[in-house]
Amino acid sequence: MSTGTDTLSAGNAPAASSEALVLRLHEINQVYGVGEAAVHALRGIDLEVAAGDYVAIMGPSGSGKSTLMNLLGCLDVASSGTYELAGNDVRTLTEKELARVRNREIGFVFQSFNLVPRMSALANVELPLVYGGIRSAERRRLALEALDMVGLADRADHQPQELSGGQQQRVAIARALVTSPTLVLADEPTGNLDSESTEEILSILDSLASAGRTIVIITHEANVAERAHRVLTIRDGLIVSDALGAGHPGFTGQRAAANLADAE
Amino acid sequence: MSLFEILRSAMRGVTANKLRSVLTLLGVTIGVGSVILLLAVGNGSAQTVQNAITSLGTNTLTVRANQAGGGGGAGGGGAAATTTASTSVRTITTKVSDQLAASGLGHVKEVVPQASTSLTVSSTSVSSTGISIIGTTAGYFDVSTAKVASGSAFTTADVTTSAKVAVIGSELATTLFPTSSALGQSISVAGTPFSVVGVLATQSSSGFTDPNTVVIAPITRIQKSYTGYGAVSSLTVEATSSDAVTAAQGEVTVMLNQLLGVTDIANEPFTVTNQSTLLATAAASATSFTVLLGAVAAISLLVGGIGVTNVMLVTVTERTREIGIRKALGATRGAILGQFLAEAATLTLLGGVLGVIGAVIGSQWQINGTQPVILGYSIPLALGVSVAIGVFFGVYPAARAASMRPIQALRAI
Ligand SMILES: Nc1ncnc2c1ncn2[C@@H]1O[C@H](COP(=O)(O)OP(=O)(O)OP(=O)(O)O)[C@@H](O)[C@H]1O
Ligand SMILES: [Mg+2]
Repeated sequence: MSTGTDTLSAGNAPAASSEALVLRLHEINQVYGVGEAAVHALRGIDLEVAAGDYVAIMGPSGSGKSTLMNLLGCLDVASSGTYELAGNDVRTLTEKELARVRNREIGFVFQSFNLVPRMSALANVELPLVYGGIRSAERRRLALEALDMVGLADRADHQPQELSGGQQQRVAIARALVTSPTLVLADEPTGNLDSESTEEILSILDSLASAGRTIVIITHEANVAERAHRVLTIRDGLIVSDALGAGHPGFTGQRAAANLADAE
Repeated sequence: MSLFEILRSAMRGVTANKLRSVLTLLGVTIGVGSVILLLAVGNGSAQTVQNAITSLGTNTLTVRANQAGGGGGAGGGGAAATTTASTSVRTITTKVSDQLAASGLGHVKEVVPQASTSLTVSSTSVSSTGISIIGTTAGYFDVSTAKVASGSAFTTADVTTSAKVAVIGSELATTLFPTSSALGQSISVAGTPFSVVGVLATQSSSGFTDPNTVVIAPITRIQKSYTGYGAVSSLTVEATSSDAVTAAQGEVTVMLNQLLGVTDIANEPFTVTNQSTLLATAAASATSFTVLLGAVAAISLLVGGIGVTNVMLVTVTERTREIGIRKALGATRGAILGQFLAEAATLTLLGGVLGVIGAVIGSQWQINGTQPVILGYSIPLALGVSVAIGVFFGVYPAARAASMRPIQALRAI
């Protein structure tokens, strides 16, 4: 549990040393639209996440969780503020470098799965490796391995429309993990799933966390957040609380409750 | 991403949505095929017209004496004598023809005189009246469309000796000798016996006289027996090439005026006609026909192109989302463009090639009596246009989506 100790100090973000940081956000604002119609989805987010951390983001609908997640995944660009990924300001990256970051450093799991239709599960999982320039035989091996990890090796040749929601999400997770990214981002990965599928997915994330991957997950469900080492709460585009999660070895109910009370 | 990977993912894209691929393919195939085939039909009919005129002889001129006074058409010796008497100008005789041939005109290859009349021809059992008799030289078989099918033509020696030999039309041969070959048989032309040495190949009838019922004999014999040694009916002048026809026409006119002692050039006693003027007119109308068909073909190409465009654009929503996913997974703009370019090019090229094959097969059959002849340039033209349309509308929306941020493409509705 060496990662656990790291996370303990990183849990209270400001104390973390900069080398161990996977990402650092400073004064991030995101504004959609202009003038009267402008929506301030994020209003000055400061956040640091250390390597090996398992962070859950909670908050009411429309509070800006997905907006934040899309920025973290380099799928979108903030209106203002700086975002450093592994010490590099993403604004300074070229289109090619960004594509590489999305390919190698980040595994993104969407709430709506986002598998490419009419392509087999295996082909979907192979896709990031294709863009990573991995040779075909190696690709197949890695993709089958990833599918096996999520328990879907026997469904490799099925197309997305032939899979259940939970199975599709597991394919999406396999796809996010196949490149062994340092950062796994999941936007409500269990939002569309029943409790059994949710349990399967959460145990996958748990094993990833214990293997030292950095994970950020958005969820509405308390039982999902319970597994995390750190729970962030967002309201109206601001982080209103940053507490240790129930999954953290150093968790005590009082501390979390106190943190929450502070924030309110 | 290697070229092979790009092609592979393109093939995957093509086979992933079969209906879309088939529709695109069909649009291109029909567009390309109809352009090539319609242009081939236009070209084929132009060539048919051209061939018909060419068979008349594109490099020949016809010199005819103008009718002066009351001399009958294919006149006998009497008519020629009248012409000679009524004007101070000499008429065109075999001697003039020989002089013209010997005058060394640069663009003239051969001069063939013809003395024509119309007489009754009979075998021992059958008799035909009003048969065209053409007295000419051996060169006639070179310059005219009359070709000997069996037996042989008469020779220059036959002309010199005024031999009583004849080459007859195929139809006349079967009329006179319904049960046996006409070759070597004897026919009587207004009482004079001729030996049949050759029978002509059947020709399509294009003039006033049926070329299948003629009797062709040495001009010396015809003049001796029927028309007299005066005027000939016409001269056929063969130019050195079809390009030299106009030059030859000028030379012949000048030389004939000189030989005949014509002083009043505005009132020449002969007319020189030229097949190439007729050819030019016919070629022009054939060209306008091809242009018309080409316009129809262009419209079908356009309609095919719009079909392709439609299919490409309809699927762009789905594809935009797909592009968003691919970008989120680390695809560069170049990789996406490469994939969509390869996809669109594969589809439209395949459709285009099928269209070309269809058109080539279709052109093997006559269409409304015309044998289509494929124009070489129509294949790259039709292929080029349809591939350009397909690739543009296949790639342009993809290019737009590929330059978006991934989240924009993912959110596209
Ligand atoms: N593309 C956009 N254009 C305009 N406004 C947007 C856009 N995306 C998000 N918003 C707005 O930004 C705010 C935050 O949206 P976001 O999707 O981040 O919420 P969320 O916390 O993920 O909510 P949920 O839990 O329902 O998914 C909302 O008010 C939303 O209307
Ligand atoms: Mg959301």
